[in-house]
Amino acid sequence: MSADVGKPPLPRQQIVLSGVGGQGILFLSRLLAEAAIAGGFPVLTSETHGMAQRGGVVLSHLKVGGFDSPLVRTGRADLLLVLREENLALHREFLADGGALIVNAPDPTDAGPGMRVHAVDADALALSAGVPHAVNLVLLGFALARIGGATAGGFFCAPGEIREALSRRQGGGGSRLADALSALDLGIVHGT
Amino acid sequence: MSERILMQGNDAIARGLVAAGCAVAASYPGTPASEILASIDRWRKKSGATMHVEWAVNEKVALEIAYTAAITGLRAAVSMKQVGLNVASDPLLSAAYLGVTGGFLVVSADDPGPHSSQTEQDSRLLAMMAKVPVLDPASPSQAMALAGTGFDLSEAFGVPVMLRPTTRVCHASQDVDAPPFRPPVREARFVKDPARWAATPVYRRLLHDRLAEKIAAIAAWPATAPVRVNPDIAPAKAVVASGVAFAHARELFGELGMSDRIALYQVIQPYPLHAAFIDHLLETYAEILVLEESAPVIEMQVADRRRVRGRMTGAVPATGELLPEIIARILSRFAGLPVPDGKLSAQGGGRRPTLCPGCAHRSSFYAIRKAAPAGIYPSDIGCYTLVINLGAVDTVLCMGAAVSQAAGFDYAHRISGKQVDIVATIGDSTFYHAGIPPLIDAVVQGARFVLVILDNGTTAMTGNQPTPGTGIGAGGETTAAVDMEGLVRACGVRFCRTANPDLLPEFVALLKEALVHARERGVAVVIARQPCAMVARTAGGKEPGAIMITGECAGCRHCVDRFECPALVFDEAANRIRIDEMTCTGCGVCVSVCPAGAIRQEPDGEKRS
Repeated sequence: MSADVGKPPLPRQQIVLSGVGGQGILFLSRLLAEAAIAGGFPVLTSETHGMAQRGGVVLSHLKVGGFDSPLVRTGRADLLLVLREENLALHREFLADGGALIVNAPDPTDAGPGMRVHAVDADALALSAGVPHAVNLVLLGFALARIGGATAGGFFCAPGEIREALSRRQGGGGSRLADALSALDLGIVHGT
Repeated sequence: MSERILMQGNDAIARGLVAAGCAVAASYPGTPASEILASIDRWRKKSGATMHVEWAVNEKVALEIAYTAAITGLRAAVSMKQVGLNVASDPLLSAAYLGVTGGFLVVSADDPGPHSSQTEQDSRLLAMMAKVPVLDPASPSQAMALAGTGFDLSEAFGVPVMLRPTTRVCHASQDVDAPPFRPPVREARFVKDPARWAATPVYRRLLHDRLAEKIAAIAAWPATAPVRVNPDIAPAKAVVASGVAFAHARELFGELGMSDRIALYQVIQPYPLHAAFIDHLLETYAEILVLEESAPVIEMQVADRRRVRGRMTGAVPATGELLPEIIARILSRFAGLPVPDGKLSAQGGGRRPTLCPGCAHRSSFYAIRKAAPAGIYPSDIGCYTLVINLGAVDTVLCMGAAVSQAAGFDYAHRISGKQVDIVATIGDSTFYHAGIPPLIDAVVQGARFVLVILDNGTTAMTGNQPTPGTGIGAGGETTAAVDMEGLVRACGVRFCRTANPDLLPEFVALLKEALVHARERGVAVVIARQPCAMVARTAGGKEPGAIMITGECAGCRHCVDRFECPALVFDEAANRIRIDEMTCTGCGVCVSVCPAGAIRQEPDGEKRS
């Protein structure tokens, strides 16, 4: 039935990232997409631009593996990363049965039956660590550690591959790369 | 060397154009097409090609510049959003008749939804009206390939060709194999032929005949013929799809197990639809479902109404984006499968977009309401459209209409024996784009209104492209700059004053002065000049003093309701305002907004004590 019959199985993963303008959603989805390409996987993403970037809701779709459509359908996301808790009401419909929800919120949030919910106060962590603009990477680090990278039911990639993608993006290193890596590690420590 | 790299659709289109030897490119920014021209310039630098790349004053000018390069034998492209094509439609329709000698590609990006546009219009309909072929990519990688195909098609038949991506192609990203650059090696060579390039109506009729012949031949051109995805089956039903609707359908065919039951075709060139394909469809299938965005362009060319399902039969919704959830339902119904009843993904909702913290437009609109509380406020296209939240935007029609609508309101009230204060707002880029002719018109007719030009020195909404006033070109090079005050005066305006809107009390006083002039002597222009907060933020400089809320805050909500800065947060529990330190830029304008004097600012360079 599938178009991929006969080919070696690719990890197929559908991820939705939800937040508001200024939180670095586009950066996060491109980082993940580059990590996917480095891992040898085809990738498709879809981004919100224009009006929505003025502090409004920003949504990114990321599909790793053999897909044609750039959009994730409702009920199909393996992972839903929510950088702003209030968006949960809008975007929880994307999550598949058995999918994992990672939310930037102080208290564990009830997403609905059958969903794995993982909450972390990434805002507070990022502020306390002096990297207030790296909330996105704190949440990603937390998710990688909590869900597991490159394992069955986990992320398509491991933390090391994200570190490499970050280093490639911010070539030359410097304090920006150091801040980014420390934000990622901060999330990983809290997710472990 | 074959390295897969991540490319956004717009970046991929730009790469395809430069790789195919595009020598002249022009554009006016508009979502979702804005990134194309900046990308073209990046690829130009990388390839080392000699090109002319420019942000034009508007889409009509952009199209005329690129078109003219193409009648000298060079390959040329123009890019814009779909409503920009309306502005450029005059030269396009004529260019179709006259034709080209070098490849000419018109990239017009549609926005089904719409996500960031006034309309959901389908540029393919305008291609049909102009009688130019149009290509409809389903993905960034296909858009990149079709840029080159489009140039070949244009040169094979001597016609302009449209490439029509949609938001889900422009703003999708994908791993692609970037084609090598083919440096433009031609020289401009214009062969005079006034009977063609300056044709009179008699010759236009002959040119129209020739165009009709070209379109008939293009409807048989093999390189853009529809592609069958599953040729090994002989079913009674077929799905015909184009653009991203095809990408959704192809994925769903696999998931729903339809690949061995229903034929699936991708139409690459919706107009002119290949004649042999129309015959094949009608000879082969009992039922044909057409999936396309956003008008029934393919559907209306497949003539047998009894067998075709689509937007014209109600099988496909008449408006809105064809989300994959919607296509899943349509396909299931067409295939006789159980129809999924899952919810649609949320469109809109949640936190509404607003002006950035520190944005001077907020000050301008606050001042306008103070100076003319009972006024009518025509506005225009740009970030400031978001001020609709603040009650200082009454109308938004299209680029430049703030000026003509202000005049229209005055004439309508004048003949009714009424006088009303009218304060129109328009951004600097929009003013240059389409605000100058209506300003001249208003001066001549003696219209009574105040025009506030919100001059933040950039085209902010679409990603901070330069304007004619900045003296910066598409590649960051220095260009000549237009003097806005001189331009306004040259239009015949006798009251033209420039001020910083962030100095609120003085700015309100200036607006009141302008209103007196407008009532008694005609159009007054106030230029509200303060750099865009997004540009200023990255420019650096001295750290502004921290904003503090004192004990005088009575929780009256005036600042959040009337000023709506995202950095002013109403703390419901404490019934008072607090400052969101993560977003506050320290511009300090809110200090003079608070009626209780409860907002204070530390001296520059002082952090929170």
